[in-house]
Amino acid sequence: MTTDRTIDRPRPSSFSPRRIGALVLRYVYILRGSWPRMIELAYWPLVQLVIWGFLSNFLREESTWVAQAAGVLVSAVLLWDVFFRGQIGFSVSFMEEMYSRNLANLFVTPLRPLEFVASLVSISLLRVSFGALPAVLLAIPMFDVSLFELGLPLFAFFANLMIMSWALGLFTISLLMRAGLGAESFAWFIIFLLAPVACVYYPVTTLPDWLQVVAWSMPMVYVFEGMRHVLFEGSFRVDLFLGACALNVVYFGLGTMTFLWSFRVARDKGQLLQIGE
Amino acid sequence: MDQTAPIGTAPKVGAGDLGATAQANPAVAVSHLTKQFGNVTAVDDVSFTVRHGETVALLGGNGAGKTTTLSMLLGLLLPTSGTIHVFGHDIATDRRDIVHRINFTSPYVDLPMRLTVQENLTVYARLYGLRDVKGRIAELAEDLDLGDFLKRPVKKLSAGQKTRVGLAKAMLNWPELLLLDEPTASLDPDTGDWVRTYLERYQAESGAAILLASHNMAEVERLAKDVLMMKAGRIVDTGPPRALIDQYGRKNLEEVFLDIARGTRSENGGARNDD
Repeated sequence: MTTDRTIDRPRPSSFSPRRIGALVLRYVYILRGSWPRMIELAYWPLVQLVIWGFLSNFLREESTWVAQAAGVLVSAVLLWDVFFRGQIGFSVSFMEEMYSRNLANLFVTPLRPLEFVASLVSISLLRVSFGALPAVLLAIPMFDVSLFELGLPLFAFFANLMIMSWALGLFTISLLMRAGLGAESFAWFIIFLLAPVACVYYPVTTLPDWLQVVAWSMPMVYVFEGMRHVLFEGSFRVDLFLGACALNVVYFGLGTMTFLWSFRVARDKGQLLQIGE
Repeated sequence: MDQTAPIGTAPKVGAGDLGATAQANPAVAVSHLTKQFGNVTAVDDVSFTVRHGETVALLGGNGAGKTTTLSMLLGLLLPTSGTIHVFGHDIATDRRDIVHRINFTSPYVDLPMRLTVQENLTVYARLYGLRDVKGRIAELAEDLDLGDFLKRPVKKLSAGQKTRVGLAKAMLNWPELLLLDEPTASLDPDTGDWVRTYLERYQAESGAAILLASHNMAEVERLAKDVLMMKAGRIVDTGPPRALIDQYGRKNLEEVFLDIARGTRSENGGARNDD
């Protein structure tokens, strides 16, 4: 038996979508082979939606603020979940490689670190789609809230939240590479550390002055303020959108540099062979 | 498992494919390689070459520096000093030019356990950029007798089956340089012998260079043209297995290994506690 021995050998400087696709395929195989994982992806967003949906219904009667824009809390919880799932999807996919002691196998192939990052980004998008879409769709008949009514701004909000979630994911996996699986819980609690100043459910003016300065340094705040503006005022604030974009460029750039630095340190210390359970 | 049929998949390298350059340049040329972790010197000023079509074995006790040396050759670990040239390319600067021509297997690295054998091989075949992924997997399944468990998750395989799958992963890209870290560890003698025969056939047909780290002396005596005896990060002796056995006045390589590990070699080359 003789096979076609052709091997795609892109120029050393080039980026290979085929290699990125190979890693995405690996994750699809994992998902396909485990129905509990598929259910788990959609489970928490649905639980969140139901709790916040009923709370919204109650507050609609009690709060004039919520009554002015009925979907404000449900929209916020759904977008927050996009951010949360994006970061977790990114970090957990990296941890899967650590659990299976597979990093050394991966990095002796032609796979490049930035292709690895691109594959984590793609997997994160896949996980968010699987996880958040059922909740987004269920919100329409159950609570009469459709995120799609946000129109085109929804894509701006979604894109900015996803990019920030990947930036946070890059910092998380850099830490995991340095500290090993001992830092695993960081991947889960980092989001909750940011939640109070992300101003998901309340305007940024609710925070004390000094904390508002901290809040405005995070792209999520621009997104949630922008979302409230669309729901309450019916208009899209370009300044908030541009602010989120600019900060995302900075955070994603810093995250990428941190990852590349951690990768180099891991190669220096021999951690690519040692990382695992 | 038909061990007599030609592998038929390995592109011949060396004189045929690489021409005069391959003849002139060794597959691997390591020069004054050193790796320090803080105050600990894991590999200390090591130099050696491996020629095309040749197997060289790194032999030494635990902590001798074998795996560290292999890791630096793979690019998983950065040397503190020294140079590594593979196929004439400095891997510090040109690793991307040659990485698709190398592969490895090691008991310290696993394949994803939840994926089936076929899924794992598919992912790695794509990472290596193979065009005919299904064909290559079918070919390896036949060569390495994986057919019965191609659809089984890796976590459900026996140690011997996992080793064969690891070897299949290592052969996916028809490597011209194979780095093998204890390739027959945890295998029964029959399967171990089967793997060694497969490697001999692959090398005979492809002209690949093999660098082997092993604790199995019989394996090293059988496969290696040259042995690099390592202790505390240094190469303390080198030569063909038979020559080392004669030089130390011993019956086999295991006794030579013990002499070196225990420091019982006499001044004139023989062993102090000869039996």
